[in-house]
Amino acid sequence: MSVAIQENLSQLSDLAVEGAMAGYLVALVCHAVESATRRAPREPATAAGTLTAAAASSGAAGGVGVLTRPAYGPGAPVAGGSRRVPMGERFGRAAVAVTLVGFACHVLALVARGFAAHRPPWGNMYEFTLMITGAAVAAWLVVLWRTRARAMGVYVMMPITVLVFLAGTVLYTQAAPLLPVLNSYWLVIHVAAVSLTSGVLMLSGVASAVYLVRDRRERRVAAGLIDPDETPTRLPSLDKLDRIAYRSAIAAFPFYTFAIIAGALWAEVSWGSYWSWDPKETVALVTWIIYAGYLHARATAGWRGRPAAWISVVGLASIIFNLFFVNMVISGLHSYAGLN
Amino acid sequence: MPPRDSVRVRTETRMAADGKVHGGGSGGPASRRPGGPVRAVTAFARTIWRHLTSMRTALILLFLLALASLPGALLPQWDLNTSKTAQYIADHPTLGPLLDRLGFFGVFASPWYSAIYLLLFISLVGCLTPRTFEFIGQWRAKPVSTPRNLARLPHHATVTVDEPPDAAAERIRRALRHKGFGGWRVAVRPERDGVVTVSAERGYLREVGNLVFHFSVLGLLIAVAVGSLFGFAGSVIVTSGGGFCSATPIAYDNFRPGRLVDGTDMAPFCVTVNGFHADYNDDGMAKSFLADVQIQSGAALGSDRWQRTELQVNNPLRIAGQRLYLLGHGYSPTFTVRYPDGQVRDYDAPFQPQDSMFTSQGVIKITDPPGYTGSAVRQHQLAIVGIFAPSGVLNGGVLTSGFPDLLAPAVAVEVYRGDLGMEGGRSQSVFAIDTDQVSLGLLKSQGRANLTPGESMTLSDGTVITFTGAKPWVSLQTSYDPAQGWALVFAILLVAGLLTSLTIKRRRVWYRIRPAASGAGSPGSEPGARPAGGDRTLSPGSADAVRTGAGSVVEIGGLARTDQAGYGAEFSALVAIAGSQDAQAADGRAAGASSADPAEAVAVTMPDGGPDKAKGE
Ligand code: HEM
Repeated sequence: MSVAIQENLSQLSDLAVEGAMAGYLVALVCHAVESATRRAPREPATAAGTLTAAAASSGAAGGVGVLTRPAYGPGAPVAGGSRRVPMGERFGRAAVAVTLVGFACHVLALVARGFAAHRPPWGNMYEFTLMITGAAVAAWLVVLWRTRARAMGVYVMMPITVLVFLAGTVLYTQAAPLLPVLNSYWLVIHVAAVSLTSGVLMLSGVASAVYLVRDRRERRVAAGLIDPDETPTRLPSLDKLDRIAYRSAIAAFPFYTFAIIAGALWAEVSWGSYWSWDPKETVALVTWIIYAGYLHARATAGWRGRPAAWISVVGLASIIFNLFFVNMVISGLHSYAGLN
Repeated sequence: MPPRDSVRVRTETRMAADGKVHGGGSGGPASRRPGGPVRAVTAFARTIWRHLTSMRTALILLFLLALASLPGALLPQWDLNTSKTAQYIADHPTLGPLLDRLGFFGVFASPWYSAIYLLLFISLVGCLTPRTFEFIGQWRAKPVSTPRNLARLPHHATVTVDEPPDAAAERIRRALRHKGFGGWRVAVRPERDGVVTVSAERGYLREVGNLVFHFSVLGLLIAVAVGSLFGFAGSVIVTSGGGFCSATPIAYDNFRPGRLVDGTDMAPFCVTVNGFHADYNDDGMAKSFLADVQIQSGAALGSDRWQRTELQVNNPLRIAGQRLYLLGHGYSPTFTVRYPDGQVRDYDAPFQPQDSMFTSQGVIKITDPPGYTGSAVRQHQLAIVGIFAPSGVLNGGVLTSGFPDLLAPAVAVEVYRGDLGMEGGRSQSVFAIDTDQVSLGLLKSQGRANLTPGESMTLSDGTVITFTGAKPWVSLQTSYDPAQGWALVFAILLVAGLLTSLTIKRRRVWYRIRPAASGAGSPGSEPGARPAGGDRTLSPGSADAVRTGAGSVVEIGGLARTDQAGYGAEFSALVAIAGSQDAQAADGRAAGASSADPAEAVAVTMPDGGPDKAKGE
């Protein structure tokens, strides 16, 4: 490939990242507007009746049918009648559309980058952060497609937008080939698996964080501190949030496990030992243990619900910590300073 | 919830061995165990107690392990970086030594870490043993018999068919057993009054996966422990042309033995480094490294039979159960020293690379200058201290390297004479002199110079030091871990078990088929805790059946033991096989309602956001 083409691809990638940033930022704003309008579509008495029935039949189809595509699919919001779509709803839909556009740019950025650098696009922190956020957005789009949890969009898009901005500004690195020590089969698999699963786990953690927000609200409602009619919430139900968190966690967890093992295989050929207690792998193990704890907690009486959600949020913190703090503050074998 | 119920619910938990509380089957298995209900209940209570405590213990131990690992990442560790650790302790004069004594700079070898590790191990064994037997029992047993009140299950429907119960049961059994329908295990049992039940269960493999996973965790813990007890790692810097034999720990610059290794019976091998080659891009980025080595081991040791081979980064040699790695490289500048008495000697020593262009720092320590004896030796030791650059560039008088390859070697050195302080028993860095000796005036500077190959400097006593060039050095590491193959096997099993356990869903379904004529009163005649639920199952479907007086009424109940949410669509399919499409009268509303009720009754789900669903959607 000629140098010129490489240059162009590299520029295209940079441009696409800007596109993704713009898309996510606009999506974030739209979500914010949607939540700010707050008013859940106010239904006249008859419509409320219809909705109850719809909820009941959704129960028939799916128990507490979250994450399935039950009867209350795309048609459901129409329950409010064929009146014009409320403003919040319109902003919500716009947010999803813009997120899709941003995601397309995001994928393009990574692909172009890979071709420009002649290698898989996950060789430094900039690319790695783009991979993680890309996976998180992809997981979020799946959640949007399978549930109607759009109302938590602000909470999801906020960290994603921040991270993509950080990537595009602070962490940005020119496309370049890899050091030989990083140029290994297992490394490619390891880093891809780590970043993609971290993204999905990140979404899981955000869902748990929203769970805690909603849970706090419920408790305040129960204590009479909030009048649910006066300040209704659009956030998904606790049950739904719990399921989103759990489903994404169990979708990612086996692959996260695999990612750590792939890392160990890489270390075995590269560092002289499959496990060296390098800070980064230690924190990865800690993260893994936290998620094992989360899965246990969900199966242990007295630990379901709020405690489990807290554990999942701690898992999220641990992922972020590993990504930023360990990379930038603590250096180890992972500092990529091994040879040269 | 009445206490009786809660016992049953826990029973269900234990049966599931997954700690998830799904229950609500009245007439659950507890009352059916031999040995009388009271004994059964106490026995169960004991097991349950044990189970719950160990599950909780496991949870707490997991968190302790996570917590205990953290200082290993946050604080410098002796094993990983000795100088950084020493620096840290020096920087924190009060806290440092205390933490050091408590093992915080060697977390993963500390007694408290081992204790958590061991406790987790015991907890795992204590947890897995009963579960394995329990699972074997379940595997052999028939699917659990049909609960009396199916309406209380999370999923519930009623359909009518125009066949007698026996025929319907047989048809359902065959449909369930049909390949491609998901591997159900089926038991058909007759009840009184011509009623027939079909119980079916699937997803046994989930428990297999879960057990395989946990056993692999166990195996992995053992493999890691064995590795750290019996393994070792040693690293050594070898300048091109040199070599080492791995027979004793002394052969290494740095040797880290496992806790049960004394270094006496290491399978020896010998290595000679013939050369080292690196390829660089134009901008100095390395493309490849390659060490040209020769090796002998086993019977060939001591002979002159050598096996020539290449050693590369990311591609260790595997010799005699050990692994030999190429971990790094650098340059050893070479000097020739002509002493005042006319003796000439050659010296070289590895310098430590400081940047990606291999500007390197180091020292050549000459501890035994010829021509001196006794205590005079200690006054005439020499040190050539300084900077080496493979492609030297002078920037305002400061020597740095502009390229990592050996294109224009240069040094900037300062020579010291005096007592290097090597006999004091204190260990010294191989890359630096002991500056205390300088400040004590025991080691004095004799001048400095920038040299290119062939250039020399002359000291006041007539000693001539000539810079002659540089040789590459490589840093090699030998590793031995007798259990690492096992670690890999367990790791693979672990992932396989996890995938199985997290994707396979455990489901139960029950069909109770009554002759249509007798159908009307039955579900209500044994009112459960919630008669309302029972009433509601008396759907138009069964009423129709009563009117026609022919065929059967099939009541269907479903219980998802994992992944509640996903069961809905599957349950519809299970309802569909009970009755043909037109005869079907799945009681959507009742099932919907009951899906919420028992769920709440047995605390399967979180507080449900029912009203939210209505609003949000
Ligand atoms: C190093 C220790 C342990 C680790 C890393 C670990 C990890 C895990 C993970 C990741 C899961 C979810 C995957 C699955 O369901 O197969 C799980 C489930 C489970 N673990 Fe462990 N575990 C450990 C120790 C234990 C111990 C000591 C017990 C005994 C009480 C236990 C009992 C269970 C049970 C009953 C489940 C099933 C939970 C469910 O149905 O969702 N585990 N464990």
